Amino acid sequence: MTNSLLKVKNLSVCVKDKQDNQHKIVDNISFDVKPGKVVALIGESGSGKTTISLSCMGYARPGCFITDGDVRLDEESVLTKSLKELQVLRGKEITYVAQSAAASFNGAMTINAQVTEIPIITKTMTKDEAINKAEKLYKELELPNPDTIGLRYPHQVSGGQLQRLMAAMAMISDPKLLILDEPTTALDVTTQIEVLHSFKKLIKTNNTAAIYVTHDLSLVAQVADHILVLKDGVQIEYGTTNQIINKPKEDYTKALIAAAHIMPDKLSSPYLNELKTNSLLDVQDITAGYGKKQEMIAVENVNLSVEPGETVGIIGESGSGKTTLGRIISGLMAPKTGHVLLNGKLLKGDISQRSRDELRDIQFAFQMADVALNPRQKIGKILGRPMQFYKNLSKKETQYEVEKLLSRVELPTDFSNRYPTELSGGQRQRVNLARALAAEPKLIICDEITSALDTIVAQQILDLLQSLQEELGLSYLFITHNIATVAQISKKIAVMREGKIVEQGFVGDVLTPPCHEYTQLLLNSVPEMRTDWLDTAVAERRQLLADLNRI
Amino acid sequence: MILEKNDWKSYTSEVIRDLTPGAFLSILFLILIILVGLFAPWLAPFDQAEILTNESFEPPSDLLWLGSDFLGRDLLSRLISGVRVTLFLALLITFLSFIMGVGLGFLAAAFGGRVDSVISRINDALLSFPALMLALIVINSLGSSFTVLVVTIAFIDMTRVFRVARALAINIMVMDYVEAAVVRGEGKTWIILQEVLPNSLTPLAAEFGIRFTYAILFISALSFLGLGVQPPQSDLGVLVKENMQALLYGEYTNIYPALTIAAIAISMNVFVDWLLKRSSAKLSEEI
Repeated sequence: MTNSLLKVKNLSVCVKDKQDNQHKIVDNISFDVKPGKVVALIGESGSGKTTISLSCMGYARPGCFITDGDVRLDEESVLTKSLKELQVLRGKEITYVAQSAAASFNGAMTINAQVTEIPIITKTMTKDEAINKAEKLYKELELPNPDTIGLRYPHQVSGGQLQRLMAAMAMISDPKLLILDEPTTALDVTTQIEVLHSFKKLIKTNNTAAIYVTHDLSLVAQVADHILVLKDGVQIEYGTTNQIINKPKEDYTKALIAAAHIMPDKLSSPYLNELKTNSLLDVQDITAGYGKKQEMIAVENVNLSVEPGETVGIIGESGSGKTTLGRIISGLMAPKTGHVLLNGKLLKGDISQRSRDELRDIQFAFQMADVALNPRQKIGKILGRPMQFYKNLSKKETQYEVEKLLSRVELPTDFSNRYPTELSGGQRQRVNLARALAAEPKLIICDEITSALDTIVAQQILDLLQSLQEELGLSYLFITHNIATVAQISKKIAVMREGKIVEQGFVGDVLTPPCHEYTQLLLNSVPEMRTDWLDTAVAERRQLLADLNRI
Repeated sequence: MILEKNDWKSYTSEVIRDLTPGAFLSILFLILIILVGLFAPWLAPFDQAEILTNESFEPPSDLLWLGSDFLGRDLLSRLISGVRVTLFLALLITFLSFIMGVGLGFLAAAFGGRVDSVISRINDALLSFPALMLALIVINSLGSSFTVLVVTIAFIDMTRVFRVARALAINIMVMDYVEAAVVRGEGKTWIILQEVLPNSLTPLAAEFGIRFTYAILFISALSFLGLGVQPPQSDLGVLVKENMQALLYGEYTNIYPALTIAAIAISMNVFVDWLLKRSSAKLSEEI
C-alpha cells in the first residue's frame, strides 16, 4: 500500500460579489491521489471541477478565495506556501494540461523551444538533456517522427498531436502530479481515443499521479481509477471507477450515466410502405468551396433528400464539409454547381433571391446559443421578430405567440422580458431553437446544437426536438460529430468525409455491420461504459485507419 | 451579477463605488464646464464685447476677476462666452462626423466587397493628408465661415470615425446572431440598426468622447492660427491668440483660456479612460 501523494481535505472555495457577500462555489471536498493513479473530477459546467484542480496548485482565480481546508503534496501544505515557493512547485512538481492546446502554444516558437522551456529556465537540465528527454516523451506519446516533430511550429501539427505535445511539456520535468483539464474535449471523436490512450500509457509508465477533469463520464471510465462526481461545488459521490459506473448510489450519478453518449440498442430501419414519399428537400450534385472562385473544394457532389417529418443526420469530423452543406441549403452560401430543391421547386443559390416564404420554410439553429442571440435584444424581441417578419403579426398577437412559443420549449413565459445573458446555457439553446420555430418552418437545420451543452442538458434538448417533431411534423437536418446523438434521433444518416458523402441510408442499415470503413471508425470511437474498452478500441482503430488509407 | 435594467438606484451606487479620484474630479469639472457653456449669457458678469477700461491686460481685481484683455474688455466674460462657442462648435462637429463616419463605416462593413473597398480607399486617401494641413488648404481657399469651418473639421474627423466604426461593425457582422438575421432574410437596414448598432454603442460612446476632445483642440488650433472663429466672435483659441501680447508685459491674460483648453482635454481623456476600463472589467466579469 503506497501512501497518497496528494491529499485534499475539506476544501472550500468562495467568490465575493460586489456587496462583499461570499458564495461558496466549492464546498467541503476531500480526496486523495496516489502515484500512478488517476482521479477524475466529473460534473457539469459550473460544478467547480476546474476550481478544485487549480486549488491543488495553490491557485485561486481572481475573485475566488480558498476559505477552508487543506491541500497537501507529499505531506507538505500547498496552501500556506509563498508565491515564490509556489513558482517552484508549479511547472515542476505539479503541471497542468489545458483544454485547448492550440490556444496555449505560442505560434512564433518551435515546439521544442516551448516544451523544453521550463527545465532550461530553472536550470535543472541543459538544453541537450532537455531535448533528449522531450524526444523520449514524444516517442512514449506515440507521436509520428519523434526526432523531428519538435523542430516544427505549432500550426504544422494536428490538433490531436498538439494536445499530446502539451502533455510532453507537462511531463518533461517529471512532475509528481499532473492535472488534465478536459484535455480531449476540443478534439475530433476519432483522434480523442488515440490521445486518451497515450495519456493513460504515459501516466502508468512514469508512475505519475493525475487529476483528470471532464464532463464526459464514458471517457473517464477509460482512464480513471477513482471518480469524484460533483454538482454545484458539492461532492455527490466518490468511489472507484467500477463502483461508480456499475453501482451508482446517488440519483444524480445515475442520471449522468443515463445521459452519457451510449449508442441506442434499437436503430430505425425502413418499412416497405415508407420507401416512397415525396421529399421535402432535395440536394442534387452540390459542389462548393471557398476562395474567390470557390477553388478550395469543401463539399463535392453531394446528393441528399429529406422527407416531411423525418430527421436526417449528417455526421463527420471537423473539416468534413457538413456545416458548409448546411449553409448552402439555408442560402448563406451559393454553391458552385448543383441545385437545392424544396418541395420539388428549385431554390435560388443566393439568399437575396429567395422569396420570403421559401426562407421561412428552412430555418437554421446555430451551435453556440451564446453568440447566436443578440445580447442587446430581449428574448421577446428575438422571438417576436421572425413572427412579424414572416407573418406580419401585430404587437399584441406577437406577444401572445411569443408566450405560446416559450411554453412550447418549456420555458417560463416571463422570460420574454429577459436578456440572453440572464439565461443559462441550456435555456439559451431552447430560445435559439424557439427562434427557428417562430417562423413555423418545415425544415430546421440544426448545426451541432447539443455539442456545447452538458450531457444531461443536451439530452433534454434532444427530447424536446423529438416531441416538437411529433407535434408539428417538422423535418430536421441534424449536423453533428457525435454518432451516438445521431443514432438516437435520426431516421436516415449521411456520413461525410473530406467533403464527400461516403455512405448514406437508414440509420439501421448504415450503422450495423458491415459498414463503410470510415463509418466503422466513427462507431469505434464512441466510448463505451466499460473500463477495458480503450485498449481494444485503439487496436481496432489502427487496423481501420490502415484499411482506409489503402482505399 | 445580473443588473436589473430599471434599477437606477443600484446602478448609480455601483458607478459611485467604482469612481476613482481622477475620474471623480474629471466628471465634476466636465459638468461645471457644460453648465458654464449652457448658461454663459446669465453667468457672465459683463457683456463680453463691452470695453470697460482703457487699460489693456489689467491684472485681476475685485471688479474684473481675471483682469482685462488687450482691448480692455472683461476677460472672465469673454472666457465664459468662449467656452460656450468652443463647446457648441465641437459638439456640432463631432455629431456631424459621427453621423457620416458611423453611417459609412457600417455600410462598408455590411455590404463588404467592392462597396467596402471603394469607401475604404477614398477614406485612406483622405487620411494620408495631415489633418491640420488639409484644413488650412480648404479653409484658405474657401474663406473662413462658420459653415466651412464646421463641415471641414467634421469631414476630417469623419475619416477617423469611419475606421473605428467599420472595424467594430466587421467584428459584429460575423457573429452568429447577425447570420441568423441574414438567414431570416432581413435587409441591411435592419441588420445595421438592430443588430450592429446596439452592440457597438459603448465603444462608440468612448470614441465620441475622444473625438470631441480632438475637435476642441482642432478648432482652438485653427482659431489660434487665425483661420478658425473670426472676430468679433471669439472662442478659446482666439482668446489665446489675441492676448499673446500680455506675456510681454508679464501678465497671464492668455494663460487662462489656454489652461481651460488643457483642462477640458485632460479631464475628457481621464473620464473616457475610466469608462473604457470599467466597461471592459464588467465584460470580463460577465464572461
